[in-house]
Amino acid sequence: MFAEFLQYMLSGLTIGAIYALAGLGFSIIYNASHVINFAQGEFIMIGGMAAATLTASGVPLPLAILMGCGGAMIVGVLVAKFTVERARNASVVTLIIITIGASIFLRGVAELVWGKDFKRLEAFSGETPINILGASMQPQSLWVIGCAAVLIVAIGTFFNRTLTGKAMLATSHNRLAAQLVGINVKRVVLISFALSAALGAMGGAVVAPITFSYTEMGIMLGLKGFTAAVLGGLGNGPGAVAGGLIVGVAEALGAGYISSAYKDAVAFVIILLVLLFMPSGLFGKRGTERV
Amino acid sequence: MLLEIEGLNAHYGRIHALKSASLTVGEGELVALVGANGAGKTTLLRTLSGVHPATSGTIKFEGRDITRMPAHQRVAEGLIQVPEGRQLFGPQSVEDNLRLGAYRRGGNPERDLEELYAMFPVLKVKRDQPAGTLSGGQQQMVAIGRALMAKPRVLLLDEPSMGLAPLLVGEIFNAVERLKEQGTTILLVEQNAYAALAIADRGYVIETGEITLHDSGSALLANERVKQAYLGL
Repeated sequence: MFAEFLQYMLSGLTIGAIYALAGLGFSIIYNASHVINFAQGEFIMIGGMAAATLTASGVPLPLAILMGCGGAMIVGVLVAKFTVERARNASVVTLIIITIGASIFLRGVAELVWGKDFKRLEAFSGETPINILGASMQPQSLWVIGCAAVLIVAIGTFFNRTLTGKAMLATSHNRLAAQLVGINVKRVVLISFALSAALGAMGGAVVAPITFSYTEMGIMLGLKGFTAAVLGGLGNGPGAVAGGLIVGVAEALGAGYISSAYKDAVAFVIILLVLLFMPSGLFGKRGTERV
Repeated sequence: MLLEIEGLNAHYGRIHALKSASLTVGEGELVALVGANGAGKTTLLRTLSGVHPATSGTIKFEGRDITRMPAHQRVAEGLIQVPEGRQLFGPQSVEDNLRLGAYRRGGNPERDLEELYAMFPVLKVKRDQPAGTLSGGQQQMVAIGRALMAKPRVLLLDEPSMGLAPLLVGEIFNAVERLKEQGTTILLVEQNAYAALAIADRGYVIETGEITLHDSGSALLANERVKQAYLGL
């Protein structure tokens, strides 16, 4: 009974960690530019596909992952430069549609480059399950959770301890004032896309041994990441992480106790409830500014 | 002249907000720009800082044409604005706000930070609080402090007294005078014409986007038209 529960929790936390990274990506870009970037899932796909195909052609795994991240960052910057930056004064809805267009385009290009079939990536350290209190866990799950944790801490440190990170936060709080202290706000947007792309690609690479890589893997992961970001309060980094873990666990419990057919439905029921009843999310920003 | 504006025009959509404005600020001068609400004062400053585009005309800073220079580069050149309504980074700490003021300078702003805390001791006490939780007067100190951290060659002050209690207004104007005595070059934009002209070397009056009068601060204070229109005398 308990072992079963633990089993669901573990698989929920594993996939939740990926949602958390994706959600964080949504939040970082939203903060810098008020764009909801629906190409976030494609960054995950690029990371997963690059890692799987590059290792298959003989590139060592760490290098393959780094190349995937680098590639995704370049793609991220290009998306920002050629879509978002050019449509700077467009409405938010227009910008969202532009990013959806970018995501479809990226999937199309990926299909041309990598083909439509599933790619397999070896688990990083074997497939002997680890027994935890009667539940069994794939070693790859530890990789997923560990990598996500390291990345999340690194991102937190970047935003709260470095001047560049603080300048990016400042831009999200007050764009005009950011320009007036000399922050290049266009560059902030580019950096935010690069960062989010790297986060997504890293997530895609570590999760690939569990989910397989395919060009459409980013659709669901991206949408779940969006759910995580909205649940945590759009633009709230720690909120997005919590949101990701909640969505992952809820989904795993739903699949385990109700039916695995409803797995994806859980996330979308969550997002509907959040949007209907608490649109600012669990940890949404509450105004502290006095005028 | 340190700052020279020549025939500057700016629009908001179809609205011609700034009509061929010309103005100069010399090294070490305190120049006041006064006018009613909506006369174009803030537009002039926004255009000067590069956050609003000029439709025509030139802005020269230290003899160089900066009319098309991006905003963040103007800050690097030393053209620093304290915007209307303070515009702090509300959720970030007072100290982070001040440090971000020195963003373009790089290096180590520790000494300037200490000097600033000596000038506004209350900010040192509140250094770790979110800037948005401070009182209006303290927020204005953070806004001015943030600009001073950038080591301005010219300080552009937009309505520093707006929304403050009368006692605090006096305090802010005292601070502006002290800055002038220390040699800071200042362009002060104010609705509070009396207080601004009283401390200014020279003044300009702006009406519906046009600069209509230009004289020394004391002469403008004595000018009948200014008295009627802005001083309520």
